[in-house]
Amino acid sequence: MNVKKLLSNRSFKSISASVFAILFGLLIGYIILLISNPAQATRGFIIILNGGFNGGLRGVGNMLHNAMPIILTGLSVGFAFKTGLFNIGASGQFILGAFAAIYIGVKWTFIPSGFLWIVALAGAMLAGALWGAIAGILKAFRNVNEVITSIMLNYIGMYLVNFLVVSTVFDLTRNQSISPVNAYLPSGGMDILFPFSSANIGIIIAVVVAILMYVVLEKTTFGFELKAVGYNREASRYAGINEKRSIILSMMIAGALAGLGGGLLYLSNTGKHIEVVDILASEGFNGIPVALLGLSNPIGIIFSGLFVGHMNMGGFYMQRLRFVPEVIDIMIAIIIYFSALSLAFKSTIENFARKLGGRTK
Amino acid sequence: MTLSTFYFLVQQTMFYSIPLLIVAIGGMYSERSGVVNIALEGIMIIGAFVSIFFMNQMQSTMSGQWLLVLAMLIAAGTGMILSFFHAYASINMKANQVISGTALNLFAPAFAIFTARMLIGVQQVTFMNTYRITEVPVLSALPILGDLLFKNTYLTTFVGFAILIVATIVLYKTRFGLRLRACGEHPQAADAAGVSVKKMRYIGVLISGALAGLGGLVLMVPVTTAFDGQVAGYGFLALAVLIFGQWRPGRILFAAFFFGLMKTISAAYTGIPILLALGIPSYMFKMTPYLATIVILTFTSKKSAAPKAAGEPYDAGKR
Repeated sequence: MNVKKLLSNRSFKSISASVFAILFGLLIGYIILLISNPAQATRGFIIILNGGFNGGLRGVGNMLHNAMPIILTGLSVGFAFKTGLFNIGASGQFILGAFAAIYIGVKWTFIPSGFLWIVALAGAMLAGALWGAIAGILKAFRNVNEVITSIMLNYIGMYLVNFLVVSTVFDLTRNQSISPVNAYLPSGGMDILFPFSSANIGIIIAVVVAILMYVVLEKTTFGFELKAVGYNREASRYAGINEKRSIILSMMIAGALAGLGGGLLYLSNTGKHIEVVDILASEGFNGIPVALLGLSNPIGIIFSGLFVGHMNMGGFYMQRLRFVPEVIDIMIAIIIYFSALSLAFKSTIENFARKLGGRTK
Repeated sequence: MTLSTFYFLVQQTMFYSIPLLIVAIGGMYSERSGVVNIALEGIMIIGAFVSIFFMNQMQSTMSGQWLLVLAMLIAAGTGMILSFFHAYASINMKANQVISGTALNLFAPAFAIFTARMLIGVQQVTFMNTYRITEVPVLSALPILGDLLFKNTYLTTFVGFAILIVATIVLYKTRFGLRLRACGEHPQAADAAGVSVKKMRYIGVLISGALAGLGGLVLMVPVTTAFDGQVAGYGFLALAVLIFGQWRPGRILFAAFFFGLMKTISAAYTGIPILLALGIPSYMFKMTPYLATIVILTFTSKKSAAPKAAGEPYDAGKR
C-alpha cells in the first residue's frame, strides 16, 4: 500500500489521531513531573512508561486485572456512543451490578459453588441493565437528556447500594460488604501465566464480550438498527425502525456491560468490597476515556483499556518516588482533550496526504 | 414548624441555591451562545480549589470580607482560564463539545488533588470561616425579611442575586444579549447580520467559566471548612437547573431555589423536627435532590426551549 493511500485511509487517520493525542498527553505529563520534582522526573516517567512491567509477570497480571473493569465500562460507554447516546451513568450501573453479584454470591448458597459465580454475573448484568433502562425509557418517551438522568442515577444508585449493603450483606465490624466466598471467579489459567497476580478469568470474559459486541454492532441487523437510530432518529423511524425500543435496548445493553464489570471486579478474590461511603465508583468514569480513546470500537476498547490499565499500574509503582498517582489521571484527561481536537489532526494529515499526492504527480 | 426553624431552613436553602443559581446562569451564557458546556463541574472544582488554596495561604495575614472578595475574583479568573480550553476546542477546532467538556471534568479533580498533595502534603485544603455576616446593619432590622435575608448570611448571597439581575438585563435589554441569543439560535443569520459568531461564543463560554469558577467557591464557603477536590455533582445539578429553568434567568432562579430546598432537606433534615419525626431512613433524604431532578425533568423535558444551535460547531456554509 503506498503512503498516500495509507494516509487517506479513514481508520488509519483515526488511529494516528489517537496516537498523536497520547504522545501529547505523555509529553505534558512529563513536564508536570519535571515541575513537581525535577530530580526524579525522568525516573518517574520511565516507571509510567513501563507500567505493569515494573512488577514482572505479577505486575502484568495485575495490569490485566486493572484493565478488566474499565474495558467493560469502556464498552458500556462506547456501545452507547455508537448508538448516539452518552452513557455517563456507567458508575451507577457498575455498582448496582457489583451489589447484585455480591448479594447472589452471599445469599444464594443453594446453588452449587461451581455455578454460583455464573448466576451472580448474570444477576450483575440484569441489575446494570435495569438501571440503564431507566435513562433509556426517560429518553425514549419523555425526551429527557440522558446525560443528566444518568448522572443523577449514579448518585441515587450509590446511596441505594449503600442502603442495600447495610440491610442485607453487611460486615458491621469492617463497614463493608461480606465476602462472597462461594462465588469467587475461577482463575481461568491466569494463575499459571501470571503467578501471584490478581488476574483471573475476568479479563478473558472481558475480551470475549468485546469481540461479541463488535459482532453485534458491525455484523448484525440489530446492531445496524441501533446505530441508525443514533445517526438520525427521524430517518430511522421513517425506515420502519422502532426507535424508542432501540434507545431503551441500547441503554440496557450499555448498563448490562457496566454491571458485568462491577460483578467481575467484586467477585475477584482480591479483597475488594463495597465500602459504605458516599463516593461514586470511579471505574464507571474511567470507562469514558477508555471508550473515547478506543474510538468507541469494541476491539479498540480492548487496547485502550489495556493502555489505561498500564498507565494506572505505572501510577501505582511511581509512588515509590513519592509522586502522586493522580498525575496519571491528569495525563489521561489531556489525552482525551487532544483526541477531541482530532478533527484538526485528521485534516492536518489529510493536507499532508494531499501534498504528498501532488509531489508524486 | 416554629418561626426559627423556618428561618433556619431559608438560610440553609440560600447556601445551596445561590451557587446553583450562579453556575446555571453561567451555563446559560454558554448555551445561549451555542456552546454546550458540561465542564461546569470541573470548572467549579478548579475555581474552588485555587481560591480556597489562596485563602489557606493568606488567612494568617488577612481575614474577613476583603479576603473573600479577592478569593471570589481568583475563583472567577481561574474558571475563565480553564473554560478557555473548552472554548478553543469547541469554537476554533470545532471539536465534539461533550468530549472536550468531559476532558476538563476528568482533569479538574485530578489536578486539584495532585497539586494539593504536592504543595501541602495532604489532599484536603482547609480554611477558616471568617466570612459570616451575623447581621447586616439597618437592613436586618426589617420585619421578617431582615431575619430571612440579612442575618447569618454571606456576601456571596448578594453577589448571586446581583449576577441574576445583571444577567436578566444583559440578555433581554442589551444589543450584546440579542446577538448572543442569535448565535445560539441561528448563527448563520447572526453572521449574515454582521455579528462575529466566534467572538460571541468565546464571550459566552468565558463568562460561563468565570461564573462556574465563582460558583465553586460560593458553594464551599458557607457549608464546609475543607475542600476535598470535589463538588459532589453540583456542576451537573446546575445543568439540570438550566434545563428545568428553560434557559431563562427568571425560571433558573425558581429552579435553583427548588433544588436548593431539596438539597437542604437532604443535608439538614436532622435539624428539622417534622422531617426527623417521619423516621424515613437517611439514605432516602440523601437521594432527594437527585430523584427530584429526574422527576422534574420527566415532566418538563418534552417541550424543551433549548437554544437550537447549542452543541453544533458553527459552519458558515450550512443553511
